[in-house]
Amino acid sequence: METHGCVVFFFFFSRPCVRERRIHFVLLISRQGKVRLTKWYSTYSKKERSKVLRELSGVILTRGPRLCNFVEWRGLKVVYKRYASLYFCMCIDPDGNELEILEIIHHYVEVLDRYFGSVCELDLIYNFHKAYYILDEILISGELQESSKRTVVRSVAAQDSLVEAAKEQTGSTISNIIAHAAK
Amino acid sequence: MNPFSSGTRLRDMIRAIRACKTAAEERAVVRKECAAIRAAINENDQDYRHRNLAKLMFIHMLGYPTHFGQMECLKLIASTGFPEKRIGYLGLMLLLDERQEVLMLVTNSLKQDLNHSNQYIVGLALCALGNISSAEMARDLAPDVERLLQFRDPNIRKKAALCSIRIIKKVPDLAENFMNPASSLLKEKHHGVLITGVQLCTDLCKVSSEALEYFRENCIEGLVKTLRDIANSPYSPEYDIAGITDPFLHIRLLKLLRILGQGDADASDCMTDILAQVASRTESNKNAGNAILYECVETIMSIEDNGGLRVLAINILGRFLSNRDNNIRYVGLNMLMKAIMVDAKAVQRHRATILECVKDSDASIQKRALELVYLLVNESNVKPLTKELIEYLEVSDQEFKGDITAKICSLVEKFSPAKIWYIDQMLKVLSEAGNFVKDEVWHALIIVISNASDLHGYTVRALYRVLQASTEQESLVRVAVWCVGEYGDMLVNNVGMLDIEEPITVTESDAVDAMEVAIKCQRLGLTTKAMALIALFKLSSRFPSCSERIKDIIVQNKRSLVLELQQRSIEISCILQKHQNIRSALVERMPILDEKTFSGRKAGSLPTAVSTSSIIPCNLPNGIGKPAAAPIGDLLDLSSDDAPPAPVSSGGDFLQDLLGVDLSPASAPSGTSQSPKTGTDVLLDLLSIGTSPSVQSSSSAIDILSSSHDNKAPVANLNGLASHSSLSANATSPASSAGMMDLLDGTGAITQKHEENGPAYPSLVAYESSTLRMTFNFSRQPGNLQTTFIQATFTNLSPNVYNDFLFQAAVPKFLQLHLDPASSNTLPASGNGSITQCLKVTNTQHGKKSLVMRIRIAYKTNDKDALEEGQINNFPRDL
Repeated sequence: METHGCVVFFFFFSRPCVRERRIHFVLLISRQGKVRLTKWYSTYSKKERSKVLRELSGVILTRGPRLCNFVEWRGLKVVYKRYASLYFCMCIDPDGNELEILEIIHHYVEVLDRYFGSVCELDLIYNFHKAYYILDEILISGELQESSKRTVVRSVAAQDSLVEAAKEQTGSTISNIIAHAAK
Repeated sequence: MNPFSSGTRLRDMIRAIRACKTAAEERAVVRKECAAIRAAINENDQDYRHRNLAKLMFIHMLGYPTHFGQMECLKLIASTGFPEKRIGYLGLMLLLDERQEVLMLVTNSLKQDLNHSNQYIVGLALCALGNISSAEMARDLAPDVERLLQFRDPNIRKKAALCSIRIIKKVPDLAENFMNPASSLLKEKHHGVLITGVQLCTDLCKVSSEALEYFRENCIEGLVKTLRDIANSPYSPEYDIAGITDPFLHIRLLKLLRILGQGDADASDCMTDILAQVASRTESNKNAGNAILYECVETIMSIEDNGGLRVLAINILGRFLSNRDNNIRYVGLNMLMKAIMVDAKAVQRHRATILECVKDSDASIQKRALELVYLLVNESNVKPLTKELIEYLEVSDQEFKGDITAKICSLVEKFSPAKIWYIDQMLKVLSEAGNFVKDEVWHALIIVISNASDLHGYTVRALYRVLQASTEQESLVRVAVWCVGEYGDMLVNNVGMLDIEEPITVTESDAVDAMEVAIKCQRLGLTTKAMALIALFKLSSRFPSCSERIKDIIVQNKRSLVLELQQRSIEISCILQKHQNIRSALVERMPILDEKTFSGRKAGSLPTAVSTSSIIPCNLPNGIGKPAAAPIGDLLDLSSDDAPPAPVSSGGDFLQDLLGVDLSPASAPSGTSQSPKTGTDVLLDLLSIGTSPSVQSSSSAIDILSSSHDNKAPVANLNGLASHSSLSANATSPASSAGMMDLLDGTGAITQKHEENGPAYPSLVAYESSTLRMTFNFSRQPGNLQTTFIQATFTNLSPNVYNDFLFQAAVPKFLQLHLDPASSNTLPASGNGSITQCLKVTNTQHGKKSLVMRIRIAYKTNDKDALEEGQINNFPRDL
């Protein structure tokens, strides 16, 4: 019996992703469906990521205003909350504490607000990397890192000033170069 | 490098992209930017590397490919400055994930940065490692992270703690290294470190029982004290949320206590006081407080039994249910679902409130509440709860009707105290939401009706009443049509009146009217119309006065464009015109349908799937296996009748007619007449008239059967025929709707076996585990020995439903495999249905090599992924 021939499996769907994080991903989606921030703490392939974004923005953006902030989706739960024109979404396991996630979302929003000074969507578009830096000070690997807003803002600000300091240095080197070129 | 060559600033690019009116414009801008960035990468431009990466991240977020920037991340991380590293690590986390090989290249940089003198750089490295580390990286860098758990700055300690969680999840063997440093984190005052430390301990407990024991012994008292301190702490602005100091810390402490208390009475004892305090004193008017209560209830439910606390917890959930905030109601329902396992009685007390939630305007809440109600139902409360649900069904949203109908049907079936109640409830459901009812459900209803012989009259009259009111719900019409066909005489003569019934006057022609409506109504589907035709056929003998009218109605359908209807009406009118003598015997009432046989057959399983235990072929003198099970023989009332031979043989004729058979030898070889031929075999078999001269022409078929009797095929073969014959028999009644629609298909399939004049292949249990069985049925096309059609039937042997069911197969090179889509991707529990999927295998080395196949079956059960694999080597040899 020939069993050693080339045995090829036909995979019709990508393999289900491994669930091991508390928060699987964080999404910021604008009311128009534009993605403003994505942070994946569980492993999702590129294809899966765009599918998640497509599906979820379809589900969440169409939900009525008075409904609860939880959506059951593919065996997981998505907790979302709308702040002005932005939807903040976090995906958790079905037995996670949804109310706490709402608090984490609010915590993030408050930190953003302190950092930017009454934050708006445009701040998050032009300074998207800052939004990521702040998120990285709040969550690592889908787990909460810091419950004090002041500590988070301070830490980000300290790193910003390190960048500023370095910029001033390079700024002066560049002006040196220009000065050189002008000669 | 020319500093002006690197194009626009990040801000300008974002502005340019946002200014785009169309997707095409946006693509053009992005393409131009990407080209510039690629050029810069090729030139190895250093001054603008971080700006380019920032741009790439933005482009990535818009969904464009940015893989070409991955190496830039590594270069930036490897550079010395903080700004470069900061953007480099951000890019690393954004553009890469743990599965990419590139990631391995960064391990070295990470190691250096974990030991960097600048603590912010250490922080960046920890953050990146925590977010995307793979198992290999976790192993390589674990010692560095472990060391950083004792770093002087708390901001690094907390990052290291979360990073450790990732490491022990990736490599659980490393857990014991982290036990000691983790337990010292629990003594910290810094909230960030405490939160992450508690979290680390929780995860350590999950991966290592040793750690669990260790923390139980050494840390419970400390944790209880920490929780008490934080719960009693005065206002502290830094951590205050809605009047509560650091709810996040509360929640994490409660979670760790839960794990420590679970299954350990002493540990549970230590924490009861503080749990009682948190449960009773936490403010519940804000979300933060409720989040703590949520966690506290969960902990109380999980730790070892303490009656007083549980009452407190369930009461909290009761308060949740009456909260006006949707979110709180939703989690309340969710928690009650878990609580029901612990204390069903306490949950029952909130039944009324839960029922209210089924009617909530929020779909998420409705769904949860319905599931909870479903769990709450038992024998004692099934009646009031079903009544409530059915009442609600009348006003519920269209999208929700499917769910709710399925649940009601399942409840009614499971807990029905009496048949009459079952029938009543099902009629209500069918008339309210019949279009949402699955086929199995109304099939089951027919079986129940058939078995409740004292209720036949009552049922048919009730059905007639609702049918008069509306024909909108198709499955209701089907059941009604079937019952009128079977029990029409009881409808007209008020036979078997129950005391509770109101008398109803229905004339014979009224009943025929109802059937005519069903046939002529545009909205109703083929199955219904076909059933109505059969019902009319049956009524023709029950109502002699209407027989002319019935004949007219049937004749009208002879011109139907739908083949099925055309054929049926031609066949039926033929019987009505030419075979009056046997008509009454043919349209006898259906024998009582066997519930067991049905449940084995429902959900579209193949005829051959009928188990040998329910129909045992026994040998008759003429060598034809005859099914012993009563229904088929009884159907024609011939087995017990001492009917004269003449009607029997003309019965043979008629049956040939019925199936449109022309048995003349000239047409027999042609492909199209093959199928009826088999049908005749079956009927010969059925009528035990194998010796009748009128059927000589089909003796070859009998030969096949008798000759194959000695090899291994017959059991399956006869089974196939036996059950097939039951299908054909059922064609005179709609009891088996599968039979109705599949009649022709089914015959065709069996024909294929016969046409080869070779042995038919027995069905094969190709794979069987404790949870799943897969059966293969084989068939071939005539003249093509290489190609085998396999119908795979999957049966769920576990008590849980399988979702996202996916069957995959692989074959060696000499075989070609084609898979058709499966009949469904949901497999009901406990063999209550099956999935079928057709495979076509072409064996290019037919005769030399046998089939072989590897299979893989993936599905979800209880939200967990399951995978079963196997290899099939026991295919019949000559396939």
